[in-house]
Amino acid sequence: MSLLRKIRDTGRVAEDAPPRPTGTPPRAARDLGGSAQVRCVDAGSCNGCEIEIAAAFGPVHDAERYGARLVASPRHADVALVTGPVTRNMAEPLRRTVAAMPRPRLVVAVGDCAIDCGEFAGGYGIEGTVADVVPTDLQVPGCPPEPEAIVAALRTVTGR
Amino acid sequence: MAAQVAAVCAGAPLLTGMMRQVRARLEGRAGAGVGQPWRDLRKLMRKEAVTPQGTGPAFRMAPLLLVATTAVVAALVPLASTATPAGGSSDLILVVALLALGTVALALAGLDTGTAFGGMGASREMTVAALVEPTILLAVFALSMPSGSTNLAAIVSGGLRDPDRLASPAGLLATAALAVAVLAETGRLPVDNPTTHLELTMVHEAMVLEYAGPDLALVELGAQMRLAVLLGLLASLAAPWGIATTARPAAVALALLLLAVKVAVLGAVLAAAEVFWAKLRLFRVPELLAGSFLLALLAVTASYFLTGE
Repeated sequence: MSLLRKIRDTGRVAEDAPPRPTGTPPRAARDLGGSAQVRCVDAGSCNGCEIEIAAAFGPVHDAERYGARLVASPRHADVALVTGPVTRNMAEPLRRTVAAMPRPRLVVAVGDCAIDCGEFAGGYGIEGTVADVVPTDLQVPGCPPEPEAIVAALRTVTGR
Repeated sequence: MAAQVAAVCAGAPLLTGMMRQVRARLEGRAGAGVGQPWRDLRKLMRKEAVTPQGTGPAFRMAPLLLVATTAVVAALVPLASTATPAGGSSDLILVVALLALGTVALALAGLDTGTAFGGMGASREMTVAALVEPTILLAVFALSMPSGSTNLAAIVSGGLRDPDRLASPAGLLATAALAVAVLAETGRLPVDNPTTHLELTMVHEAMVLEYAGPDLALVELGAQMRLAVLLGLLASLAAPWGIATTARPAAVALALLLLAVKVAVLGAVLAAAEVFWAKLRLFRVPELLAGSFLLALLAVTASYFLTGE
């Protein structure tokens, strides 16, 4: 009963949808038609970006309303959200994850580390940026990027 | 009958979309809209098909078998009219066997991938299925006793003629047992969580981790159709009002409309209830299913003793 009262008192917490992002979608995104299954890959991140991704899929920003959904297997996924600088140990798993995704597929580099290695550039355990390991289609800059920026990138992909 | 199969095929993704929407609203989210499962299926059909290395015919055949068996069940079960051409063969044991065939096909596919999670999901699914199938059989047996036939069309038209039967202790117990069995068979909370991302807690999802593209679309459509058919069967057995007893188009159209309303109400209630439930620990699931089996057994005993035959 207390849960029922909580549901009634809370009501809707999702914020109103911001205007649709204007960026041109990547070629591979045109076939998706308003639906994108997302697989997250942590290639060596400090987990700051993961917290922001979790917030993007939480009730307030609700990325699911634009047709993006987190899935458990790369075989089900259209989009790989890759965070962090790619460490030596994660380079091969990242290549295999992207290879396991059926075409058309997209790779989105999330966070400054994924784009230019950020704070970790030149570290002995670092293989390189995400673009050095797998071809990337979209970038979301920021350290960490705001949930709004992650949602905007996902909306560019789903086109909703 | 063709209209019934078409309604199940077209309506099943909408039912899933509506249930997700109800859940999203209760969680304070905006939700992706009722049509999202259809958009997902359209996109999956356009994607490349991937066959993992080392998989054989079992992996390739399973999605087709799952959808085909469910479509046949949708044609057999008297959802809209009891006077269908297939009405004579809508035997309870055949329906349960067809459902089990789909389950076994998917479990074999999970084993065929050779991954740890595929095999684990298959073994769990078979454990659940072994407990669920007897419960469904026994629950509908209890309902079939007054009709004297295991033909589902005869049971439903018997319920239409004599509504007192549905409110009898045997009818209520059997309906309760059937409801729990349907939850387990379709992989909903509290037996299995359809939205989980943790491989260790998966049952149904673990078996289909390796499917991609059109195959995955078939697996998802099959699972959604099973949910729609089983909720429809539950609605037909527990509340058969409005089901046509003739094959006249007007009566069938009205019956289809009522069926959609009944299944939508059941789905909304299930989605709302799922917000309040947590998934049961895997080792507690047999206790729940044994409880529902006991209810079904009591239903059979009650209908035997209370009718005094």
